[in-house]
Amino acid sequence: MTRYLVRRTAILIGSLFLAAVALFVLLRLLPGDPANALLPVGATPEQIEVARRELGTNEPLLTQFVTWLGDLFSGDLGTSLISTFPVGPEIAARLPVTVPLTLAAFVLAVVVAVPVGTLAAVRADRWYGVVLNAVAQFGIAVPAFWVGLLLVTVFALRLQVLPAGGFPPDGWASFGAAAESLVLPVVTVALVMSASLIRYVRAAVLEVRGADYLRTARSLGSSPARALWRHGLRNAAVPVIAVLAMELATTFLGAVVVESVFALPGLGGLLVKGISEHDFPVIQGVMLVSTATVLLVGFLGDVAQRLVDPRLLHRSAS
Amino acid sequence: MKKLLASLAAVAALSLVAACGSSGGGSSSSSGGANATIQVGSVYEPQNLDNTAGGGQGVTEALNGNVYEGLFKLTDDGKVEPLLAKDQKVSEDGLTYTFTLQPNVKFHSGKALTSADVKASIERVTAENSKSARKSNLEVVKSIATPDDSTVVVTLSKRSISFVYNLSYVWVVNSSASDYTTKADGTGPYKLGEWKRGSTLTLTKFDGYWGTPAKNASVVFHYYTDATALNNALLTNAVDVVTSEQSPDALAQFKGNSSYKVNDGKSTTKLLLAFNDKVAPFTKVEVRQALTQAIDKKKLLTSIWGEYGTVIGSMVPPTDPWYEDLTSINAYDVNAAKAKLAAAGFPNGFTFTLDTPNYDPHPTAATFIKSELAKVGVTVNINTITADQWYTKVYQKHDFQATMQEHVNDRDVVWYGDPTFYWGYDNKQVTQWIDQAEQAKTTDEQTALLKQANKQIATDAASDWLYLYPQIVVASSKLSGYPVNGLNAQFYAYDIVKS
Repeated sequence: MTRYLVRRTAILIGSLFLAAVALFVLLRLLPGDPANALLPVGATPEQIEVARRELGTNEPLLTQFVTWLGDLFSGDLGTSLISTFPVGPEIAARLPVTVPLTLAAFVLAVVVAVPVGTLAAVRADRWYGVVLNAVAQFGIAVPAFWVGLLLVTVFALRLQVLPAGGFPPDGWASFGAAAESLVLPVVTVALVMSASLIRYVRAAVLEVRGADYLRTARSLGSSPARALWRHGLRNAAVPVIAVLAMELATTFLGAVVVESVFALPGLGGLLVKGISEHDFPVIQGVMLVSTATVLLVGFLGDVAQRLVDPRLLHRSAS
Repeated sequence: MKKLLASLAAVAALSLVAACGSSGGGSSSSSGGANATIQVGSVYEPQNLDNTAGGGQGVTEALNGNVYEGLFKLTDDGKVEPLLAKDQKVSEDGLTYTFTLQPNVKFHSGKALTSADVKASIERVTAENSKSARKSNLEVVKSIATPDDSTVVVTLSKRSISFVYNLSYVWVVNSSASDYTTKADGTGPYKLGEWKRGSTLTLTKFDGYWGTPAKNASVVFHYYTDATALNNALLTNAVDVVTSEQSPDALAQFKGNSSYKVNDGKSTTKLLLAFNDKVAPFTKVEVRQALTQAIDKKKLLTSIWGEYGTVIGSMVPPTDPWYEDLTSINAYDVNAAKAKLAAAGFPNGFTFTLDTPNYDPHPTAATFIKSELAKVGVTVNINTITADQWYTKVYQKHDFQATMQEHVNDRDVVWYGDPTFYWGYDNKQVTQWIDQAEQAKTTDEQTALLKQANKQIATDAASDWLYLYPQIVVASSKLSGYPVNGLNAQFYAYDIVKS
């Protein structure tokens, strides 16, 4: 296990570095200059030149990259070109919205998807098994922002039981209002996520159900439910963990998209604003934090899989 | 499975707490009058709080006149009135301005306002790294003297009739402050409360204000990136007023509803079809006139804004003192357009590329222009570009045949006097009039000259001014006293009353 952990950690760090390089290069390939977003129509050529010098966008790319990477190692994500605020604290200030949103949506998605997916598999031949499967299929095709708009129309505009968007100015200090403003976003992300998760769970359970060891367990006198509970679920858990890790990452990205529909001051809003203004440090910062999160979740998923099924350790070691 | 059940219970509990936590939907404060908190919805969040460091129009909207004040202010109907300047004297040659400051003015920090603050504030706008749009206008300032604490003497290098108007853009800041981007220490009726970036900015009434105090206790600006989310906030009473509706689509839901008032104000934002007057075939006046006459602007405006907005026929909006209705010049007339094209040597029309910014309303308007011009044999290739590309390609490099752009400022007809501006309009007579207007001794003289210049650019079809945007403020009908024209995006909140 230790050897595996060391190797897997090295891969994690390597991927992060590659991601950082790719991010930097890709962003610089975009046409345009952030100095433009900073200046009004009517700016003189001198004003533009001064702005470029101030932002450092007139420096050679390599110099910009080395500076950025150096700062990164000392934990400094840089300073926004547009607002002139440091990016790190700016991102940290957005996490109290994005992290609870992601985790709550993820938990809700799992809570819905595992029983429903299992039911859809166990009752694959019944009419409701088929219906569940069809609904899940439909859910995959629906974009999250559309679900969000629909929920707002029903629960905020018609029934007026939940806010249409926004987040209390004092954040989680007004716990009730903060939680309330997250209900619709959480449900939106969870609904869309659970649709694809249901299909994974269903497929995993179906596969396990057909496995020889279940037939053996049944032949030894286990009831179908007991056989599935004792032997089936643990085996189905291995692929499900991999999928869960992926889904958690997707939920995070889904949260980022849905934030703008609900006017939530999370990472998504910061990213969208950064992109529209060519604010490289902000985009890099948010993307890097997102990428790191996704890679880290993948890492934890891999480790968890090996804890559940130690056979995988030997397979990867050989 | 137990764990799953536990999680399920947790989520259910969370929702329950949420549902009971506060009243559903509306978060507007229920108390009215002087204790009221005005909830303002806007799409313009400030970039930072410094209007000389690229704060954007959001910072003007939230802080101008509310937190910061200038020596002069621009009223909602476009007039310049004294504010921190109690008195002004102009020398005979028009080069020396002596301002006496209002007495007993204090910054929110408690420091008394002195002439040194005013001097430092003007110098911040003209500083080398200033990103203010008024930097070039204020370069006429030669020196600033402060003979005593309440007197500022500004000497200009040449006459500038707009100097006082330009001063209305200069915020008087506390010169000893160290942070202008996240903090604000002004002299206005509100002091800055908390700014939660990406979400809200709060202003609270300043008890030590020197002038007429604000009629409400506080103002919260709520920022949205999505117009639908903003309108939903108004529908659910999460905000009381929306400072500027971005499209007419959402207005139907407020129009027939007695709980809301839709205000049709005058903006200063003009949508332009800007020809590159230095590039063929737009070097020919007849060609520009022909294209202007070939496009039915009233129809375009109706298709985009319905019953809102105005066709003005030139660059000057109605809130500028030199406004005249010039829609009769080069008015819509397809036959006249065809004749002019033939006379200019293009009986079979020609083809040109229209650099079109990729955001509303430009793509829609470009498609309309294309179909209108097809009727006179002119083919338009629509080239969609980003705002950023526009700035580089069109504004800086002048590398275009024709483009579209919204010009947001008031009193910006003067750009037609600058032959190096991106549209390349170069009429010596107009340049001279505009220069003379700036050197004028009286505002009447200035107004007369700018009217002449404006008429000439309309006759020359220097650009095609498609229409003036409406400025639509939608507010709860409980609200009164809010500005409706929103010149230059400013939004004075101190007279707003919630009943």
